[in-house]
Amino acid sequence: MNGLKQRIRGFWMIPLAAIWMASAVWGSPEPENRAPGRIMAQQALKERVLWITADHSKHEILQQEFASGPEVTAACLTCHSEAAAQFHKTIHWTWLDPNMPADKRIGKAGISINNFCISIHGNEPRCTSCHAGYGWKDADFDFTDETKVDCLVCHDQTGAYQKFPAGAGNPVSEPKVFKGNGKEYLPPDWNTVAQSVGRPTRQNCGACHFFGGGGDGVKHGDLDSSLMKPDKTLDVHMGVDGQNFDCSRCHTTELHRIAGRTYATPAVMERKSLVEDDLASKITCESCHTDKPHKPGVKANDHTDKVACQSCHIPTFAREKPTKMWWDWSTAGNKKDGKPYAEKGPHGKASYDTKKGDFVWEKKVKPEYYWFNGSVASITAEDAIDPEGEVAINRPVGNPEDPNSRIFPFKVHRGKQPYDTVRKTLLIPHLFGKKGSDAYWANYDWKRALESGMARAGLEFSGEYDFVETSYVFPITHMVAPKENTLACAECHARTDGRLANLSGIYMPGRDISKLINTGGWALVLASLFGVLVHGFGRFFANGRKGKSS
Amino acid sequence: MSGNGKLSNIYLYTRYERFWHWLQMVLIFLLLATGFEINGAYTLFGFERAVKIHNYSGNTWLIAFAFFVFWLFTTGEWKQYVPTTRRMFAVIRYYGYGIFRGEPHPVPKRRDAKHNPLQRLTYLSLAAILLPIQMVTGFLYWAYNYWPGWGLEGLDLRVLALVHTAGAFAILSFVIVHVYMITTGHTIFAHTKAMITGWEEVEEEAAVEEWERKAA
Repeated sequence: MNGLKQRIRGFWMIPLAAIWMASAVWGSPEPENRAPGRIMAQQALKERVLWITADHSKHEILQQEFASGPEVTAACLTCHSEAAAQFHKTIHWTWLDPNMPADKRIGKAGISINNFCISIHGNEPRCTSCHAGYGWKDADFDFTDETKVDCLVCHDQTGAYQKFPAGAGNPVSEPKVFKGNGKEYLPPDWNTVAQSVGRPTRQNCGACHFFGGGGDGVKHGDLDSSLMKPDKTLDVHMGVDGQNFDCSRCHTTELHRIAGRTYATPAVMERKSLVEDDLASKITCESCHTDKPHKPGVKANDHTDKVACQSCHIPTFAREKPTKMWWDWSTAGNKKDGKPYAEKGPHGKASYDTKKGDFVWEKKVKPEYYWFNGSVASITAEDAIDPEGEVAINRPVGNPEDPNSRIFPFKVHRGKQPYDTVRKTLLIPHLFGKKGSDAYWANYDWKRALESGMARAGLEFSGEYDFVETSYVFPITHMVAPKENTLACAECHARTDGRLANLSGIYMPGRDISKLINTGGWALVLASLFGVLVHGFGRFFANGRKGKSS
Repeated sequence: MSGNGKLSNIYLYTRYERFWHWLQMVLIFLLLATGFEINGAYTLFGFERAVKIHNYSGNTWLIAFAFFVFWLFTTGEWKQYVPTTRRMFAVIRYYGYGIFRGEPHPVPKRRDAKHNPLQRLTYLSLAAILLPIQMVTGFLYWAYNYWPGWGLEGLDLRVLALVHTAGAFAILSFVIVHVYMITTGHTIFAHTKAMITGWEEVEEEAAVEEWERKAA
């Protein structure tokens, strides 16, 4: 036994091995910014100097008297001769998906539907206040007129150019108050605005895209006025205390074609980094960050083939301003003392409005996650629906086997809206109109409003209607949080209530088990414990008895 | 519990064997603790850290196991694992009956025959079947992202994970019985002490039978 100490010496290797493993697991603090994806993206950003060779305030043609927008556009076109022709081909002008056959009528100007104000038909003067054009007040608008293009709404740099919310895309010519928000709108100082033009900024894009659905943050959830001047915590790229990106920094633009998805057409057909294609659009994260952006050996690098960057890097949307999550048209029309009324709910937002029904607004919303290859399939007012369940007006396209699909975050806006109980299609109501018109907001008569809306859209209506639950998805891709705020593994790798609890088609460690193997396994473990306990007690008592007898 | 035979000290476990045993103990403990956390049984390290510990422990074991296999064959110790049915019944009878009567072990440990027939079967199953299954399934699990490059697209992660989980339950069950069995020496800690010092007190009894002896 004198060899005991000596022999124990050999065990120094065990604590040593333990220390090695611990150091590998806990790691030592590494210098900042070593992730290759950050290095690549920061290199792509270096030395950005904008050069401009024209001072628009010196152009005589912009110093003339202007009385209207089209006059300014005509002046622009004298130099920028192809601009309107280019713009006429884009979805910003046509409000139709340029990648779909015209007869499918996919787009706002067609018969696509949403579950907000549903459709444009009959409501043009209100909806087209966000059209980059002048005077689209009804179906007779001339889409071939180049002077009807509104150059200023995208290129104004004074920040003072405003279109009237119900003016069919025109600014006012006399000061006028909009009843919808109580704000007074002033006629633009055309010369100042026209001479200020420059590359579109967040203010230009945001004027419409942050207010989609007719109000701040109504539609998207990841786009609202908080992105006008965000800090890094809200969006690492757009933060004024960070990279301070404008929208067009990622939405690469060529000939007025702005990179981004249109309905079923993905923003890019191939995910490529700028290293693979230096003229690739910067619309994807991979463009600048590559598809292996994290430090070598980081497990997240292994996820980029199945999980979109956005899924982990945008933990919640609507982080500063609330967004609309539920809109029930079926309760619209209630009155107090015979008069329309509105009620405010949480977040200081309307919870009921006689004109529109019930709303639910939410902040810091966890997205829903679906397989997504960049394409969103949608139905129109012509497609048959099954009113028994929730009708998906649009849905992400993708599946786990598709190499282009990723698990992607979405805002899902749900609600109830009218449908034709005979023809089994969604219906288009005429909402906006003066007293005496067929508009719902003029007389609160659904049947009349639906007949008018469907007729204006050139569609049939049986006259019978009811309300059906619908859903509408928005891919969440803005409001990218700083890396400290990304999702922890266990947000998804969790047995219950994980973020991907409902995502089928894959086996996920931490989420999925086999009930058979787990039940059988624990039974075996318990049986082993029971067996040794019984055996042990047996020995104990047998020895005890023997001890007494001897 | 001890028999009437005189006790003598024999050097049963070499330094490498003892090191290997305790290294495995640490690794198996870590792998079970983190593995069942990943399986969702409880939260201890947190999922992310549990996965890291599990991966490092698993890969460490895989490398160390290669040394064990080398040791096994270069020293001829593999012969200690050759299964036999001889005196198997006697051993089963001992643990099921004799042990309660204070009878001596029918196949006491000897330097060149340190496993009784039951142990031979158990450790052969472990070292040749269960542990390799765990190592292979664990390694493939870890290498999930390399499958397409290795031409293994046909593998199903679900099946792999379930085999790996089933193996883990079998090992946990073994550990429970094993920890209990080491208390069945002539004193509760006799076997434990032997695995630390290498020296085991055994009863001086009948000589090792020829069939038990590992060939010279």
